Amino acid sequence: MSELYAASLVEIRDRLARGEVRAEDVTRACLDRIEATEPAIHALLAVRSEALDEARALDAQGPDPSKPLWGVPVTIKDALATAGTKTTAGSRILENFVPFYDAFAVEKLRDAGAVILGKNNMDEFAMGSSTENSAYGPTHNPRDTSTVPGGSSGGSAASVAAMQCFASLGTDTGGSIRQPASLCGCVGLKPTYGAVSRYGLLAYGSSLDQIGPLTRTVEDAALVFSVIAGHDPRDATSSPRPAPGPDFLDSVRQCKHLAGMKIGIPVEFMAVEGLDPAVAEACARAQNLARGLGAKLVDVSLPHATRHAIAAYYIVAMAEASSNLARYDGVRFGHRSDRAKNLEELYTFSRTEGFGAEVQRRILLGAYVLSAGYYDAYYRKAAEVRRLIREDYLKALEQCDAMLAPVSPVPAWKLGSIIDDPLKMYLMDIYTVSLNLAGLPGLSLPVGRAGALPIGMQIIGREFDEATILKIGHVMQTAFGDFDFPCVQA
Amino acid sequence: MLTPEDMAHLSRLSRLAPDAATLERFGAQCGDILKYMDVLAEVDTADVEPLYSPAQHVQTPRADEPKRRRDRAQVLANAPETDGQFFIVPRIV
Repeated sequence: MSELYAASLVEIRDRLARGEVRAEDVTRACLDRIEATEPAIHALLAVRSEALDEARALDAQGPDPSKPLWGVPVTIKDALATAGTKTTAGSRILENFVPFYDAFAVEKLRDAGAVILGKNNMDEFAMGSSTENSAYGPTHNPRDTSTVPGGSSGGSAASVAAMQCFASLGTDTGGSIRQPASLCGCVGLKPTYGAVSRYGLLAYGSSLDQIGPLTRTVEDAALVFSVIAGHDPRDATSSPRPAPGPDFLDSVRQCKHLAGMKIGIPVEFMAVEGLDPAVAEACARAQNLARGLGAKLVDVSLPHATRHAIAAYYIVAMAEASSNLARYDGVRFGHRSDRAKNLEELYTFSRTEGFGAEVQRRILLGAYVLSAGYYDAYYRKAAEVRRLIREDYLKALEQCDAMLAPVSPVPAWKLGSIIDDPLKMYLMDIYTVSLNLAGLPGLSLPVGRAGALPIGMQIIGREFDEATILKIGHVMQTAFGDFDFPCVQA
Repeated sequence: MLTPEDMAHLSRLSRLAPDAATLERFGAQCGDILKYMDVLAEVDTADVEPLYSPAQHVQTPRADEPKRRRDRAQVLANAPETDGQFFIVPRIV
């Protein structure tokens, strides 16, 4: 039984569908794996006691071919509402919050027959790049537990890399799926803005947030994406495009080479000061692999997508966060201070007691960039640069089918080593934030190592063209061969 | 770059009240971050329309028909203080 958790999602899904294994046995294998690995990695904030009973109930009904994830155990980042299960966003301000509804993406997983094992640790309100901003303690990278898993979906990436589950739903506002996937050595997909409904996602940056899968293989990511994508009238930014059909996974798998594909290499990305030599070398090997698989590589230019993108991103994200987090006021849900003697104190003390330092910093800065006298110089200016960044990407993607770029300038760093330097932490996002500003899709997959530490690259695609980036990723991952998933290194 | 008065003003706007030492530390950190943001001044954005969202479609509002989607018990379930009918807060007037 112990090898059950080591399968890919598609393998275990197929074995469950054929009746070769029972849902209860697969769920139990994952729960045992969670028990064995959690002391070292702390990837989860909650494990659902209902999971095993739900798996048994599925077994009682028998495999259902209309449910593409029947019996597959998954986890969910704690930024997504799960009915009846605590949802904290990694914050003390929601320590005891239990939603009465599921997020759209969670509904879709349940409808597809998935078993939800638990909720993953994360940087508080998705603000961070290392999961060290969680109010519940950091997650540790399963590859080397003295290092960070990345963030803010660090718990999700760690769960998948440690084989606690077959997939996790994460969120990506400035790289928070792609970067932890890269640091933990798994696959992460940030869909096009609007491809996956944000209904039920505890909002951080509403024009930037996207929900997506973290998995061990690109095929797995393709399957989960096809389940969670699609229009939702409850999210006004949800694209009216129809969901990918049931043959989406097969269409990805059928791609066996990259002949005829043009892959763009953004020249400014490769020239960033601070790009670790091991990362640069892994990127060069991945580019050679793509060439060997038949792709033509072309240089493309994204003139505003590095330094300017970081500034534009953080201004926009902090502005949106200061607005989105105004709802946490101690009135209707969440932490309420017992020191408050009037309404103003109720708001102020509840928020000050409930929010961590990084969240407070971003709220304060968000208020600044939106305030009278500064709005045009900061927020409006950032939005203007945002348009230029998007135009950079669209123009570059006229010259190629997709782009190949680094995800993180460095492999996973030691826990505690940069947490006291917020600006240094922000600069770790230099390769990821521009894609959120542009609203385009990106797939992170492992391409190499620096010692024990994984290195990932991202494949960036045209709007709503997740199919192409998944095909390229699938071909490359197959050519790389198995990227072994470790026992947890204590 | 951000004075103690700026930080106090922002705190009031944000309904936050960090202690004095924390606010001073935040002031220095926020100042460094804002200094980095000055890099945007290098970019010529004359005649560039701001982009506030990458969503390209036009949203279609639903029909204007009342719908009950939640019951009172659900909505009050996470209330810090309630009398079963309302959210209770300190007296306002």
